[in-house]
Amino acid sequence: MDFNDTPEEAKFREAARAWLAANAPKHEAYSQEDFLKAAKAWQLEKYNAGWACLRWPVEYGGRGASAAEAAIFAEEEAKYSLPTGPFTIGQGMAAPTLMAYATDEQKKRYLPKLASGEEIWCQLFSEPAGGSDLAALRTRSVRDGDDWVINGQKIWTSGAHYSDFGILVTRSDPNVPKHKGLTYFFLSMKSPGVDVKPIKQISGQSGFNEVYFTDVRIPDAQRLGEVGQGWTVSLTTLMNERAAIGGGGGLGFDTAYALAKELEIDGKPAIADRAVREQLADWYCKESGLQFTRARTQSALSRGETPGPENSIGKYVGAKKTQDIASFCMELIGMAGVCMDKDLAALGGLLPQSYLGAPGGRIAGGTDEIMLNIIAERVLGLPQDIRVDKGIPFNEVPTGN
Amino acid sequence: MNFEFSEEQNMLRDQAVSFLKDKSPLSVARKILEGNEPYDKALWKDITDLGWTATTIPEKYNGLGLSHLELCVLAEELGRALTPVPFSSSLYLATEAILAFGTDAQKEAWLGKLAQGQVIGTAAVAEGPGEFSPTKVGASVKANRLSGTKIMVPDGDIADFAVVVAGGDAGLSLFLVDLNQPGVTRTSVATIDPSRSHANLAFKDAEAEPLGKAGEGASLLSQLFDRAAVLFAFEQVGGAEAAMNQAREYALGRYAFGRPIAGFQAIKHKLARMYVAIQLARSNCYYGAWALSSGAPELPVAAATARVSASQAYRECAEENIQVHGGMGFTWEFDCHLFYRRAKLLAVNLGGESTWKNRLISSIESDRAA
Repeated sequence: MDFNDTPEEAKFREAARAWLAANAPKHEAYSQEDFLKAAKAWQLEKYNAGWACLRWPVEYGGRGASAAEAAIFAEEEAKYSLPTGPFTIGQGMAAPTLMAYATDEQKKRYLPKLASGEEIWCQLFSEPAGGSDLAALRTRSVRDGDDWVINGQKIWTSGAHYSDFGILVTRSDPNVPKHKGLTYFFLSMKSPGVDVKPIKQISGQSGFNEVYFTDVRIPDAQRLGEVGQGWTVSLTTLMNERAAIGGGGGLGFDTAYALAKELEIDGKPAIADRAVREQLADWYCKESGLQFTRARTQSALSRGETPGPENSIGKYVGAKKTQDIASFCMELIGMAGVCMDKDLAALGGLLPQSYLGAPGGRIAGGTDEIMLNIIAERVLGLPQDIRVDKGIPFNEVPTGN
Repeated sequence: MNFEFSEEQNMLRDQAVSFLKDKSPLSVARKILEGNEPYDKALWKDITDLGWTATTIPEKYNGLGLSHLELCVLAEELGRALTPVPFSSSLYLATEAILAFGTDAQKEAWLGKLAQGQVIGTAAVAEGPGEFSPTKVGASVKANRLSGTKIMVPDGDIADFAVVVAGGDAGLSLFLVDLNQPGVTRTSVATIDPSRSHANLAFKDAEAEPLGKAGEGASLLSQLFDRAAVLFAFEQVGGAEAAMNQAREYALGRYAFGRPIAGFQAIKHKLARMYVAIQLARSNCYYGAWALSSGAPELPVAAATARVSASQAYRECAEENIQVHGGMGFTWEFDCHLFYRRAKLLAVNLGGESTWKNRLISSIESDRAA
């Protein structure tokens, strides 16, 4: 049992480190206003040097690297504060779906531009009536000659406002049970009839959008998978979602620990308070548990194995931990804890900002409850829930609000 | 990166699993729990014959000279089977103390016998209720004679010797004390888990021999507990997983409202949370195993994270296992209570969760101050 790379991995890590040290620092400073520009510049830098989308075949803009190598690069890259967010969905979810279902010509057209960061993709899945029960989506697709005509609405679409393309699941046949009537496409977000409206979140930010479709035409050539096979295609996308979103990130032990050293309770450093210490220890154990779970995952990759759905624990544990730490730290600060004035607030207002953003982490990419279902069903082999809509034509399934 | 047990270590695990399945089903733990024997003597002999007691003892003392990783593998499987033998006392406490602090002569005197199971060792620390404090130890040694009392000594009724924490001429120190001498009185005590016996020990001018540097008792005990914590944490993870599996099996077979209760989200989520707790604990345990076996300076932090998360996981799994079983889980007849008892026993034996959380933050503070 060790943390050592194999000789080949060590060589790869050394090369990755050297390249990052020479190129990453100059991309670290950017403002929120030019976030997108900065992200594209960093992605292009990686692409030109052969460090983009490492696992993809070289002909599609990748490096043909192993999963273990990709994990090593990601680990080294994460040591810098780089803008990589806008590409997570396109490279992590749309691309694997294109690889599996697009024509070779399409792959050659779209994948390299995804890898270089020239084009950004979004994922048009969730709907007002289809969230955790994604297959209940209603956006209609109707065949018309060589095209399909799309009408309906998507929601929670991250980055739709700056995306060039989107992957889209639609209902092509409402007369069959819900999983059987879906068809999957990709489309240009510049298509006539696509209307993107930002959603203001409780954090005040607008990371995602509502997307309305009014008589949007998509060529049949942009269909991925067979008509009615949209659910199967979606699973390819979703299998990659949790890997793309992953764990980590968010507020951590270090922030809470630093505050506890600095602030006082009863005239003594908060860190001397046993209740504070116990709470900190609890988070440390969770972070450490996740860190070494990732180490075990990486060991599996190193041996050429595919890690299973047990990875779902990362997001489930991490998102709630972030929320708890934000809440705890604000209370430690006391009456000033709720201050969000950038110039006055502790840590520039990071804590209330995280507190307001944290509920999103527990919902996006599968709610806490869905993650527990995944663990229960796919890891522990427990039965699926009883589905009262099973086998019933979609247009006869009861609907509420 | 290879942050997993090796193929050879997994082969050892396979052997342990099949041996324990045959020789130590839960009925064996129950037999000790319900009977008057302090431990399963025949099973203990089989285990010593297999050489498990010799695992980390160097070959020159007739041991197997394996690493602590192998011992972690065995600990997990013994914890899973609730095996009623003095393995933890004799290995994680006594053997570890002598390996870490003993003189050549002390190693010569004890390790060979420990390896072959000719003697059973333990450690005697607590003297009363409340968190253990090095400043409140009443037992003392004068001119190599120990007087005082120790309570809740694991296997104190059967052990041949104990590592005892007591005040000495140079301050708090560790001592090796032969328990088969006239100055020692043992009184068996009833505990929440009678499948592992405990005794109170009274010493009156009992012969005692210093172990490790005199006056360093607090630090030595802390080091010993760090080592033992990793090994106990593996037992806890093994037990937690067994409890989760028991709950899973029951939920799949038990029908209510016309279907297996394992299909209800309230039960599914309960089981999934048990799984999450076990995964976190297991990963922390691996880190602890790495630190213990490689002599890493990270051991205090690694041991405390393993200990805390393993105690949490076992508590959650043992409690929720009963809950999943409903009324049947509360009966003497069902085995759920065996895990419930053992979970609490192991959670407090080196000091409870709160104590270890406190230790963890102290270790982090000193690491970061350095």
